[in-house]
Amino acid sequence: MALVTTTKGEMDESLLEKKEGSLDNDNETTTWVEYWLDGELVHRSAHVQLKQTVTLSAEAASLT
Amino acid sequence: MANTQAMCTSFMGQLLNGGHQFGTITLVSRTSLTAPTVDTFKAALYLTTATVNASTTAYSASNEVSGTNYIAGGVTITAWNAPTATNSSTTAGTAFTTPTASITYTTVTLATAFDAVLIYNSTQGNTAVSVHTFGSQTITAGTFTLTMPANTTAAALLRIATT
Repeated sequence: MALVTTTKGEMDESLLEKKEGSLDNDNETTTWVEYWLDGELVHRSAHVQLKQTVTLSAEAASLT
Repeated sequence: MANTQAMCTSFMGQLLNGGHQFGTITLVSRTSLTAPTVDTFKAALYLTTATVNASTTAYSASNEVSGTNYIAGGVTITAWNAPTATNSSTTAGTAFTTPTASITYTTVTLATAFDAVLIYNSTQGNTAVSVHTFGSQTITAGTFTLTMPANTTAAALLRIATT
């Protein structure tokens, strides 16, 4: 029996409708999971894997 | 042998450690110059309606997310990989660092859509470091996790590079 944290407290996963999704592009890979109870969203978690990073360029100026 | 004009890669790595100071700046004491302490960096989430970008100079609570179990200011980044500087040629190199672990907001409810995280230095006046965006999210009694890229010259979260 797996318990899920929901807006209504800990609930048995078997009592809930589970929906999952994912997104993959140049910037991120994201997965999410939702649990619904009688048409109400009671849990949503998301996991974002960042791909693009911040790069600062540096340069030494020429004296000529 | 020949000399080649270039920014020294080791210098870029030392910048990530605050090893050079060309002008005057007011800093919170790092104990001593010979045995400095590490600053604390934090990660705050921002609503899709916020405007955090390259012009952002410091953390602000304006348009930051709010909700159950989310504390204004976000979470502390537990540690960073030691800044590393690697040469790729006689004229180029990259200095880089990445948090050592994922950034996690546990059992939160963030009902209003958000799509950005601001990393900032909470020790040094909440000065901004970088902004990272992602697809719009909401969280309901769940966990939001930002997994870091690999700490490499090509993928590290923060990179200073010459080409």
